[in-house]
Amino acid sequence: MTRAIEFLVGLLFGWGLLLSGMTDPGKVQGFLDLFGAWDPSLAVVMGGAIAVGFFAFLLARKRSTTFMGGVLHMPRSRDIDKPLVVGSLIFGAGWGLAGFCPGPAIVSMASGQAKALVFVLAMLAGMLLFKLLDEAGPRRQRRLSRPPAGP
Amino acid sequence: MSLDWTHFTPWASLAGGVLLGIASAIFILVNGRILGISGIVGGLLGPKPGDTGWRIAFLLGMLAAPATFALLAPAGFLSAPRIGAGYGAVIAAGLMVGFGTRYGSGCTSGHGVCGLSRLSPRSLVATLAFMATGFLTVFLIRHL
Repeated sequence: MTRAIEFLVGLLFGWGLLLSGMTDPGKVQGFLDLFGAWDPSLAVVMGGAIAVGFFAFLLARKRSTTFMGGVLHMPRSRDIDKPLVVGSLIFGAGWGLAGFCPGPAIVSMASGQAKALVFVLAMLAGMLLFKLLDEAGPRRQRRLSRPPAGP
Repeated sequence: MSLDWTHFTPWASLAGGVLLGIASAIFILVNGRILGISGIVGGLLGPKPGDTGWRIAFLLGMLAAPATFALLAPAGFLSAPRIGAGYGAVIAAGLMVGFGTRYGSGCTSGHGVCGLSRLSPRSLVATLAFMATGFLTVFLIRHL
């Protein structure tokens, strides 16, 4: 039952990305191009998503369990630290360079776009590289002693 | 700055955004998870036992989206994607997005949609940071 809901949520999310136009890197770069012909679509997408999400998280915060009685995995980290900022700066540079972020890249890959497939493979390599460096680095002990940060 | 009226799609983008919001709402309220793609994918690399099924179910749904969307949408709704980057840039971009989203604990969905929806200062900082380098990078590749 929950697996079916997770599948349907993934499907709905993919439809949202396709309908909103966010699977087109040209549209994303059109938003990021403040000094050219600016396409504000991405801001409208974020606005629509947050308008709904705001009330969902307001409700989630008042609850101790999900509607199914399960655990609510809310992010606990509140630190605004170097990994958050440096990681996001690196992500943004890659995002601007190709116009893909993780969700739209995965959906475009499923549409049969060869460049999206290459992007997703490189993205997995980047994630693996982070994991290897993270486990080898001095932050290992600190990381082990607390739950993963989350968004 | 001038507005690109040719490509601006206010209604489709608003409707698509609302779908993203509904998906995020169901995911937190029913499944108890933050809908963040980089976290969902990243958690599959060296996973903890019992923590993979929900990730795979969600990703299979995403992979099924284009074929099913094509059945529902009017013919010709989806225009061909404009991918300006060459293969070298696509690989470099993928590496940066993969590394950066894991280091920064989130991407456009986890920080940008869910984080801003729950008014997280942490996600606001992340979103401002990735937007800043996104704007800068496009400026560099298009205007210099």
